[in-house]
Amino acid sequence: MNVASFDQLWVYLSGNPLLSLLVTLLVFALAVRINAAVGGTPLLHPVTLSIALLISLLLLVDMDYATYFEGAQFIHFLLGPATVALAIPLYDHRERVRRLLWPLLMACGVGVFTAVSSTLALATLLGADTKTLLSLAPRSVTSPIAMGIAEQIGGIPSLAAGLVLLTGSIGCALGPWIFRLLRIKDPAVQGFTLGMAAHGFGTAHAFARIGAVAGAFSGLAMGLSGLVTAFVLPLITGMLGIG
Amino acid sequence: MPLIIGMSMLLVCQFAGELVAKGLTLPIPGPVIGMVILLVALMIRGQVPSSLRLAGEGLLHYLTLLFVPAGVGLMVHFELIGADFWPIVVTLLVSTAVTLGMTAWILERLQRRFSLGSGQEGDDR
Repeated sequence: MNVASFDQLWVYLSGNPLLSLLVTLLVFALAVRINAAVGGTPLLHPVTLSIALLISLLLLVDMDYATYFEGAQFIHFLLGPATVALAIPLYDHRERVRRLLWPLLMACGVGVFTAVSSTLALATLLGADTKTLLSLAPRSVTSPIAMGIAEQIGGIPSLAAGLVLLTGSIGCALGPWIFRLLRIKDPAVQGFTLGMAAHGFGTAHAFARIGAVAGAFSGLAMGLSGLVTAFVLPLITGMLGIG
Repeated sequence: MPLIIGMSMLLVCQFAGELVAKGLTLPIPGPVIGMVILLVALMIRGQVPSSLRLAGEGLLHYLTLLFVPAGVGLMVHFELIGADFWPIVVTLLVSTAVTLGMTAWILERLQRRFSLGSGQEGDDR
């Protein structure tokens, strides 16, 4: 094969959604392998690792994000139906949820308040730019919700999505450590806490590492905190006069 | 076929959720409302159809993969992230730790008190 035809081939491939779709899947599979090889540590979470690898790769071959996303959007789209599907584990554990309804609702209120107030206070104190501040504000809720909130209060949706992911991996890394510190062993409490503080990452982590009960409570926490934050956050930023 | 039927059920709920969100101009994303709609539907029906379980649990099993495309979008904002690097890092770490701690502590305490208080009354309601 001569150089010219390789160039043409590359032009064809890089303009084709197939390539970024395939690369995303392959990189993710590789990241899962790497994560398993190093003992499944949440510090090298498959998602964070995949994102780092993909960004490096895109910079290396000089492909811009919009071109990449043309293929990757097929994966991104599935976030919607996956969010809807969270109703299934919730339904499976409805009895336990019903019994604990009030403690769960109160924990959700406290969790959302803690997440939003500590984020706004710290970021303001440390002198973050207003755009950054408003993109950080919804960081504790799942990315499809956070993007909606960020847009509404004047942040940058895609930056918010990225910060949400970082929050998720940090939450999964800190979670086990904090549960040990507070001596919390109940899988329901662990799951709910992970869903509250680390949304989808926490939910996936709870399903994979703790079990179905933890996963269901995590999904519940993620849904509840998303709903509550979506309603409350625009009111808070409005009251504080940010944005 | 079951996979297609199950996927259609999820998409119908999402679609209905989007319609409700747009129609009532709610700040809540459509899929979250779709989740509530599906939960209510399952409560009414009293069981999870096997086709829905197949499609839904398949998606949930690979939930983390679905976050990758949005995450790669961080590359667009390197400049802003670079400018606010330390405020972002410190805020994410400290705030996430505090949120984890507070939520776990409150729920553990409330749950213990709640199950002690209602333990004798049984679970009939």
